Amino acid sequence: MNECGWPRLLPQGDAAIVVEFGDRIDREVSERVTALADAMRGAAIPGVVELVPTFRSLLVHYDPLVLGFPDVAGRARELLAAVRTVDRRLRLVRLPVCYDEDLAPDLAEVARLTGMSPCEVVRLHGSVDYHVYMLGFLPGYPYMGDLPEPLRLPRLTTPRVRVPPRSVAIANAMTAVYPLESPGGWRLIGTVPVDLFAIGRESPALLGPGDRVRFEPAERAAFEDLRAAWAAGDGTLDVEEVAA
Amino acid sequence: MTALVLVQPGLHTTVQDAGRFGAQAFGVPVSGALDPDQLRLANALVGNGAGEAALEILHVGPVLEVAAPSVRVALAAFDGALVLEAPEPRTVPAWRSVVLRQGERVRVVASRHCACSYLAVEGGFDLAPVLGSRSTYTRGRFGGHQGRALVAGDRLPLRRERASERGDLRLPDPPALGTGPLRVVLGPQDDRFEPDSIAAFFGADYAVGAAADRMGLRLDGPALALRGGHDIVSDGIAWGAIQVPGDGRPVLLLADRQTTGGYPKIGAVCTADLPRAGRLRPGDRIRFTAVSVEEAQALRRAHEAGLRRLIAGAMPAGDRAIDLEALYSSNLVSGAVSGFEWDDAVAVLE
Repeated sequence: MNECGWPRLLPQGDAAIVVEFGDRIDREVSERVTALADAMRGAAIPGVVELVPTFRSLLVHYDPLVLGFPDVAGRARELLAAVRTVDRRLRLVRLPVCYDEDLAPDLAEVARLTGMSPCEVVRLHGSVDYHVYMLGFLPGYPYMGDLPEPLRLPRLTTPRVRVPPRSVAIANAMTAVYPLESPGGWRLIGTVPVDLFAIGRESPALLGPGDRVRFEPAERAAFEDLRAAWAAGDGTLDVEEVAA
Repeated sequence: MTALVLVQPGLHTTVQDAGRFGAQAFGVPVSGALDPDQLRLANALVGNGAGEAALEILHVGPVLEVAAPSVRVALAAFDGALVLEAPEPRTVPAWRSVVLRQGERVRVVASRHCACSYLAVEGGFDLAPVLGSRSTYTRGRFGGHQGRALVAGDRLPLRRERASERGDLRLPDPPALGTGPLRVVLGPQDDRFEPDSIAAFFGADYAVGAAADRMGLRLDGPALALRGGHDIVSDGIAWGAIQVPGDGRPVLLLADRQTTGGYPKIGAVCTADLPRAGRLRPGDRIRFTAVSVEEAQALRRAHEAGLRRLIAGAMPAGDRAIDLEALYSSNLVSGAVSGFEWDDAVAVLE
């Protein structure tokens, strides 16, 4: 269907099929993944249990007592033939970030390693709109890219045992926000006041694959006010619909 | 409010149902019973729906006290039993239901040959579902009872006030623990492995390592070599997937598996064998054998038919005196349990 044999449909066990669109992190690949996920969700195929979009593939979990592998593969191929990635509306989410030293434990080190000042690191991190490729690792953990080249650094050699919740983190070409306290090895350069994952909300995860995210610096006082509002359960998110 | 009270919690006792589906795209693991077969059988014996939440008991069972006029329970356990202490000492074998009365204390003797056992209560526990499931996801601290393993003093609210009038049931022909190799569908990254490594994977014995928890099992055996490194661009993870990180030692992923991961997956255990995979304990030896996806799905249909026959074969338990104390007495002192690392044993970090 495409150059180089993509997409490929492969079994993962007898209750999941992976539709691979490529083998690298690429925004166009990611958008095809999201488009197929939307099409499959729309088709509501009985026996398809759930869909997990990732950087380069869509994992389709299904019930093998309802659907055989050839049935799922056949339906996926039909939808692939029809799916279009154009004219989607996207959500642009603005996330306020406080970059104060106590909320950004690795900012000074990132500045040192990249040969920039902390201010330049902050400016560069906020200079692009990030694409949410996927959620994984932790509930609500968004893998966002692509980080400007000068900021790309490997993970910490020794991961932290406890990364504070809401930490803004970078590693290689990605940036993320830890929704919950967790161990982790990404470098922490700021903190958002927003709860990215909370059970009990209509949508427990604030961000989803395909969203655009813009980080905007927030002064300490504004950050504290926003945090208090989110902690009290009446935080609001700055979301705008934009053309793809 | 009627409840089961935890007098002693056991090693790692959690509330689990058939799993939390529909939120994996948000990064929320499925969780649920390590052994869905035992969960289903325990539920069938007390008249519950197949996926009702029950207690999953790992290695060492809890001691429970009944704070309700009566409650019907059933234990699924390959060689376990319920030992009722005061006021009327008796032992009730697994694979049957029994009605416990107000104030009765029961020690759950968990299986010695299987990591997990299940205690179902008629009507289920009165716990709020989280994202559609009552399964406990301890790393995320949600689901089940306060998002954690149970501790002494916990009161698990019961949905029923008292046991129903229908009689008790037993399984005349309890299921077997299961033997033989675990059957694996190759892929999706089998092409990243050296052919010798694939041969070694299917030719060798693996031992379940000490790092074993609800997320998965690290396996000791031949290290597997990859072409082009141990990192792939992260993709989704199915139940039973076998991923191979940098040290070449396979990790078999179970109920609390992460939704996505960045290590190559040589294959996935077929769904008919997942209950057996969930029963494995540190030190157990296993082998793998390859099947096609079509064979795996035929195995699953046969497995499902077998399970349905077992459930259909449940019969009235009768009211015979139960005193199998001698039979089970060797079980009452649990084996030493040490060296397990229940927290983040196989977690892969970001």
